[in-house]
Formats: sequence, structure tokens, C-alpha cells
Amino acid sequence: MSTAPATRKPNDYKSDLKPIWCPGCGDFGVLASLYRAFAQMNLDPVNTVVVSGIGCSSRLPGFVSTYGVHTLHGRALPVAMGVKLANPELTVVAVGGDGDGFAIGAGHFPHAARRNVDITYLVMDNEIYGLTKGQVSPTSLTDQKAPSTPWGNLETPLNTLGFAIASGATFVARGASFNTKTLTELIVQAVEHKGFSYIDAMSPCVMFNNHQEEWKELVTDVAPDHDSADKVAAFDLALKGGFKLGILYRELRPTLGDKYDALLERTPDSDAAAMLDAFSARKGVAIGKPVA
Amino acid sequence: MSVRQMEGARAVAETVAACRPQVVCAYPITPQTHIVEGLGALVKTGTLAPCEFVNVESEFAAMSVAIGASAAGARAYTATASQGLLFMTEALYNASGMGLPIVMTVANRAIGAPINIWNDHSDAMSQRDSGWIQLYAETNQEAMDLHPQAFRLAEELSVPVMVCMDGFVLTHAFEALEVPDQAAVDAFLPPFEPRQVLDPDAPLTIGAMVGPEAFTEVRYLAFHRQREALTRIPEIAGEFRAAFGRDSGGLLHTYRCEDATTVVLAMGSVLGTLKDAVDGLRDDGERIGVVGLTSFRPFPMDAVREALGAAERVIVLERAFSVGVGGIVSANVHMALAGLDQRYHTVIAGLGGRAITGRSLRAMLLDAIGGRLDPLVFLDLDRGLVDRELERVRGHRRSGPAAENILRDLGIVAGGPHR
Ligand SMILES: Cc1ncc(C[n+]2csc(CCOP(=O)(O)OP(=O)(O)O)c2C)c(N)n1
Ligand code: SF4
Ligand SMILES: [Mg+2]
Repeated sequence: MSTAPATRKPNDYKSDLKPIWCPGCGDFGVLASLYRAFAQMNLDPVNTVVVSGIGCSSRLPGFVSTYGVHTLHGRALPVAMGVKLANPELTVVAVGGDGDGFAIGAGHFPHAARRNVDITYLVMDNEIYGLTKGQVSPTSLTDQKAPSTPWGNLETPLNTLGFAIASGATFVARGASFNTKTLTELIVQAVEHKGFSYIDAMSPCVMFNNHQEEWKELVTDVAPDHDSADKVAAFDLALKGGFKLGILYRELRPTLGDKYDALLERTPDSDAAAMLDAFSARKGVAIGKPVA
Repeated sequence: MSVRQMEGARAVAETVAACRPQVVCAYPITPQTHIVEGLGALVKTGTLAPCEFVNVESEFAAMSVAIGASAAGARAYTATASQGLLFMTEALYNASGMGLPIVMTVANRAIGAPINIWNDHSDAMSQRDSGWIQLYAETNQEAMDLHPQAFRLAEELSVPVMVCMDGFVLTHAFEALEVPDQAAVDAFLPPFEPRQVLDPDAPLTIGAMVGPEAFTEVRYLAFHRQREALTRIPEIAGEFRAAFGRDSGGLLHTYRCEDATTVVLAMGSVLGTLKDAVDGLRDDGERIGVVGLTSFRPFPMDAVREALGAAERVIVLERAFSVGVGGIVSANVHMALAGLDQRYHTVIAGLGGRAITGRSLRAMLLDAIGGRLDPLVFLDLDRGLVDRELERVRGHRRSGPAAENILRDLGIVAGGPHR
């Protein structure tokens, strides 16, 4: 039980560790939005867990006073899923970078989404591997020059929002580190959403891929008449790309936790003997007991 | 050949390029990145051509692309370190099991948790049974020179080879290095002639399922190939010496071992400091020598027994350990020395980048000579720090994460230890 104040301030979510990001890094804006969103929801730090992989962005849990798990590169989602399923009372937020989530860890994303585990996944997308000093990532632009692609990136960037919708995520949104008001609001809605919520937070790496000024020029809000319950419209928005901040898609579907609960209700006490009989009958062979 | 002042990683990149790999695939990880970026730059300038340079999405993909490329008949190369090597594990066994002669540089780095980017040998040691040959470089020049030798060895025997070089200590050090010139490497390393290849004119499948009727035999053949390597490694090193005039590679090197009653065996860059410490003790009249092991897989039982058999006291200094046992290299050394009447010491040192200083080595060696050294020692272990954490663990069921507690204790992270 927490003895913390009933109404918390953003500063209450600061840990005693100072962020070691480069001055001007977009991740500062994401962290500030997270503090504010947590305060707005008055989340109890002892019932909140922030899980990350490895990367500059994945350092975030250390700067938050809630529980945190800094896992392996690419493994934030399955660890977050384990935390949530083991203790559904906890609020679980997974965070990380575009490399962590969509390169080495990409295999986990569609499964967390289609299972609709009730967690939030906040990706700080800087279209680069920041921590390892600026190699291209799956969201880097075609032709981009980087130490790993001195001739220009030959690959097509992944459309993460489209990927999320196609995978079955039930909340899909885009925010930006330099628009903390919207991002704070999106984090609140994502955490309060029952199911797998994904936020792509554009968060420029000022050191190795500084799109800050350009992105600031390009962003606009999702049109007010956009119907976020319309999957086709959401896809359309995602595929058009661009820099629309807001909620693209939202759907209510039973979470994996809900389904486990329903399963447990359906089978209150399993009768091992009956199960064995049924199995034996199906196989036509009696197992472990004499045939009468 | 030209001698230039350059970074170890860059020098390795240039040497690998001179070996004309046709496919280079990698995922970035510190301290490997400069090697791969160096190769990328050489592909860009056209110095390395023809070559497909593939930025993959993970190390698992890197090794898998290398497997595909090698099976299709290309000379394939990758590089990694630490977590990346572990993430490759399944594909590593696949590559060696299929006998694909891939060459990989491992920029040795510790394994987490706790996450640590600095040097030790835990990464490569964890793959000692993967079927890959493992060669450890003492210097940057040797790290470079081992690559043409590795490709020769790999392709002759159809076995993958790992060249291990200490992360940062070697990869990021600048020094005067001699990059072998293209013509000389071409003369030393013939074009890749695969033993098995996916050829449309002679279709076959690589990767058959094998049951109990033949699994042992197929695995025995892998063992046999590494035994053959025991003969070929010194021969190839001899040819390299003849062509390039440098004594790089081979199974092991001895240093001031004649008449030595105490011999220390180690691998990698620590050998430099170790030799200095031994020089100091020799000046003081101690009969002490060093064995630098280059080939850890295959493990040269006979050569090790010959080099260490006459000593009264054997110390194995290693930068990794097997939790619950102790030394890894030393366990292998003990096998080589079985039945001899000697004193053995295992010294675990330099974990996660802790400097192995000449002073600590000297003190440890004097303890060994004076009969005061325990059989298993963790060099420069801060016992007080450990004891305080053990005390916390005893006092509180929820004593919290050990790594964070230790950092708080050291004052690196603010706030008192977890209560
Ligand atoms: C298995 C493994 N491979 C590679 C690395 C090295 N590595 C650490 S972070 C990272 C990429 C970081 O990019 P991203 O996830 O986009 O985070 P950012 O630093 O940009 O915030 C890489 C390649 C690692 N830690 N583990
Ligand atoms: S390298 Fe880039 S992503 Fe990392 S802290 Fe610096 S600005 Fe941020
Ligand atoms: Mg990134």
C-alpha cells in the first residue's frame, strides 16, 4: 500500500536519476509527457511498471519513480506481457525505440497486438539507432545516408501505424515529443484504453538524425471528423503517412486477460478422471487403468 | 605494405576487405560498429567490390543471411559482440552443423544483466561448444592477420571461424598497423571453392534431418574437422609468416618459458600487461613465463601439455568464468595437464572492463610464487561491497535488485540501498 499523496504532481514521478540524453533530444519531451500523463491519472507508482528494451529511449524507466524493468534489446513487449498477465492489477507501459520495437524486436509486436494484451506501447521513433551512433533503422527514409549506409538507404521504411492496425492493435495513435500537450493526452487515453494501445511518438535524435525543425513544420492534427472506429479510414490515414497527430484507430475487443478469466469461469474444477476417460475413449485405448 | 596510424577496428575492416568477402551482413552493436562501418565505407568507395553489404534487422538475421550466402557459394562475413553473439546462438550451431565456412569477428564484450558494454570474454566463451573455431588475438596487428588465416582455414576445412578481439582495448585503440596489401592477400587466400553449394546444375538440399542412426557420426565429423584444424592452424600460420613476415596466429605462443617454474596462461590483449609483469619478476630473479593461447577451439591439448607440463605452478588468467564452477579456460588446461604433479590456480580478472593492472598482476604472481594464492581467485574483488550486499539479502526478503543496490552503495546512483 502506498503512502504517497492522493494527488500527484508530474515531479512526483521523477526518479533520483537525471536523464543522460543529449541536450535537445526528443526523448525529454516524451518523458515530460509521460510524467504529466501519469500525474493526470494519479497513477500509484507502486502499481505502475515501465518496461523497456535497449537504446537511448529505453533508458527511460530509470528516470521514472515507478517500477521499471530495463530488459534486453527488443524484448520489452514480451516482458511487459508477462508482468501484466501475472498481475493484472498493474498498469504496464512498455517503451523503447524504433530499432528496439521494429528491427530486433519486431517479431513480438503483431502478437502482442493481436492478443490484445492490456498494455500500452510507447515508441520513441527517431528513425535511427541512436545509442549505437546513428545507423539506419526500419523507419529510416529511403536514400538516407548513415554510417551503415554511406551510399544511401536502399530500403523502404516500415509504416508502423499501418503495421499496428493490421496486426490487430485496438488503439493506434501518433504523437510528437515537441507537442507535449497532445502527447500527454494520448498517453492518458492509451493507458486508460482496455487492450493493446500503441503510440508512435516522433522523437528526433538531435545528434544523428535531426528532423526536429522539419517535423515541427509538417505535423497537423488528425481531422476532427476522422472516425477512429472506422478501420478502413484509419488504414487510409496510416498509409497516406504524413504527420497526423492524434488517434487513428480505436476498438473495444476483449483483452487476453478477459479471455483467460472467461476460460477459468467456464472450467471451474477440472475432473482429471473424466478427462482421462474422454481421452481414452477418443484414442480407443485405456491409459493407466485396466480395461473393464 | 604500408604502416599507418589507425584504429584497430578500421584496420580489421581493411584487412577483411582485402580478403574479398562477397557478402557482409551485420547489425550494429558496440564495440563492433566501427568494423562494419569501415567495411561499408570501403564498399562505397568501390575498394571492396563486388560485395553485397546488408544491413539486417538483428544478429539472428545477420548469421542467417551469412548462412544463406555461404550456402549459395559466396564468401560471407559478419561481426558482432556480446548480446549480439548470444542472440545468434541458434544460427551459430546451424552454420557449424552444416559446415559453412563463414568468418566472423567478435569484438569481445561482457554479457548482461547487468548490461555492460566493456570488454571481457563471456560472449565468445558462451559459444565455445558451438562448433566454431575460436582464435583470440593478442594485438591489433594479430587481429588483422588472423582474418586471412581464418578464411583459409574455414574454407579448407568447411568450418566457420570466429576471430576474437578485445572490445575497446583493441577495437578502439589507435596505433601503427600494417594492412596487408591486396596482391599479397590474393596470393595467400585463393578464391572460395565451396565444398557444398546450392548450384542449379546439381540441385541438392542442405540441412537434412538426421535421426539416432547417424547423428553421432555427423557430429563426430565436426569434431574430426576441428582436430584437423589443430594441424592446419600452425601450418597456415607458418605460410602467413613466410608471406608476410609476421608471427601471427598458430595454436599458442610461449614467452620466457625456458626454465620457468611458474607459467601463466592467458588469451587476448591482457598478454601485453602480463608480459610486462613477468619481465619485472624475471628482473627480480623469478623463473616465470607466459603462454598466450591463440586457438581456444580447437583446444590444443598436446601443445598446452608441452608448454606447461614442466612447470611446478600453472596459473590460468581468464576474462570470463563459469558461474558455479570457476574457470573455463582453466578447466580445459587441467584436462591437458591431467596426471601431472603441479599446483593450479585460476584467476578471474578484467570482467566487464575492469582494468587488469600490472600492479595487481605482480602482486598476484608474487602470492602464487610464495604459495599464498588460493586455487580460485577473483582479481581485485571488492569483498566489502559484496559482503554488504550479502548482509542486505540476509536482512530483507525484498532486498531489491543487487546491481542497483551495489551502485547505490558505491554512490554512483543517489539514494540509499533498497530497503
Ligand atoms: C542483441 C543486441 N544487438 C545489438 C545491440 C546494440 N544496440 C543497442 S541499442 C540499439 C539500437 C537502438 O535503436 P532504437 O531502438 O531505435 O533506440 P534509440 O537509441 O534510437 O532510442 C542497438 C543496435 C544490443 N544491445 N543487443
Ligand atoms: S544520441 Fe540521439 S536519441 Fe540518443 S540521447 Fe542523443 S539525441 Fe537522443
Ligand atoms: Mg531509434
